[in-house]
Amino acid sequence: MLNSKLKTIVLTVICFLSIQVFAQEQKKEMAYVKGGSYIPLYGADSIWVKVDDFLLDPYPVTNADFLKFVNENPEWKKSGIKKLFADERYLYNWEDDYSLGENTSERSPVTNVSWFAAKRFCECQGKRLPTLDEWEYAAMADEDTPDARVKESYNQKILSWYETPKTFENNIGSTFKNYWGVYDLHGLVWEWTLDFNTVLFSGESRNDTGDRDLFCGSSTIGATDLMNYAAFMRYAFRGSIKARYSIKNLGFRCARDSENL
Amino acid sequence: MKKIIYFALGIMFLVSSCKQSADRATEEIAQKSSEGISEMSVYNLPSTWTNQNNEDIQLKDLKGDVLVMVMIYTSCKAACPRLVADMRNIEEKLPNDIKDEVKMIFVSIDPETDTPERLKAFAKENFMDEDPYIFLRSSIENTREFAAVLAVNYKQITPMDFSHSNIISVFNRQGELVFQQEGLGVNSDNTIKSIKETVSKK
Repeated sequence: MLNSKLKTIVLTVICFLSIQVFAQEQKKEMAYVKGGSYIPLYGADSIWVKVDDFLLDPYPVTNADFLKFVNENPEWKKSGIKKLFADERYLYNWEDDYSLGENTSERSPVTNVSWFAAKRFCECQGKRLPTLDEWEYAAMADEDTPDARVKESYNQKILSWYETPKTFENNIGSTFKNYWGVYDLHGLVWEWTLDFNTVLFSGESRNDTGDRDLFCGSSTIGATDLMNYAAFMRYAFRGSIKARYSIKNLGFRCARDSENL
Repeated sequence: MKKIIYFALGIMFLVSSCKQSADRATEEIAQKSSEGISEMSVYNLPSTWTNQNNEDIQLKDLKGDVLVMVMIYTSCKAACPRLVADMRNIEEKLPNDIKDEVKMIFVSIDPETDTPERLKAFAKENFMDEDPYIFLRSSIENTREFAAVLAVNYKQITPMDFSHSNIISVFNRQGELVFQQEGLGVNSDNTIKSIKETVSKK
């Protein structure tokens, strides 16, 4: 009897420790981004936005990561997903439900995934998608400055990536490590954010402010600076997609609150 | 001692809960398929919503009726009164013999402010605290997912204001999106036509 109690205690301790280690591991793996305020590109609506400290995956989620997720959650496999949650191009580049095939690298970022699938993946890791502001905030950094948006060379680099074809086939980690220790925010794939659908581009939305002009007409000119051109392209892209779209150069990574450790 | 064991079990449960909920979700989906919910149905969203009478409902409780939905927030000064007017106009123009097969639903994009009490007050103010009007709110997370399904984009500008796209959506009896009207104060003829056609399909 005593023996069995002892066993239980030992098991309990082991279990507890392993969970601690697991949490520590995750903490170690994620990059810590110190919060602050920044002015995103909002056209005429530009205001300071406060971003709290948060943790961000250093790399986008890979095909191998996503394959593991699909194995554990078969309702998200290629042939099993509900049409409400992904269009017909979901995991288009995978050979099969459970195999990537020869042309898809395990270490390249998973793409052709819908917002619903990306969101669910992160939830299953005890994480979440980064908010649009968190993503933009982390992505302002170059190798050695938290906000490199004023550097011409930095914007040039981003824009030249936008012109490079098929970067989504490259492996993760193939671009630079930024100030926060995060790779591939630029130069590999575009990424889903939790609240991508907070971007308003339609003419109707402008009725709210009494400004009847379309975003494209009124706000590019008013955009704070040309340096925001790259960011403008990202916002325009986000404004044009829907949550069930699966797109070949659109992947994701996960984040979490810094206090939820 | 017992406490420690419970604690350990609790933690183990937390760690595995994603997997378990996934299994449950699979079961739920399997069950739903047998109830005849199609893949594109909004009833695949498992979220719980609260109406203006503080009653919890699942979206799928609305199955069987044709739904006309719009996302609003009650503290809104500019677009929402016009959306409310648009919804009223649509309802008034429906032929009497189909009125009881159509539900007009307002979904809050500001669930923190729009408590059930607040929704109730808003409904009364607008003389809409009765069939076929329903006011719903849920968690921020569920609201985000629902907006994603409707492709309604919204953004909180200040703690008081949201800007949002003005879309009125029509769902058929199976919960599939069949029509969307975009814009404020636009001609509702096509929406009404769509509702009539949708009602006629059993």
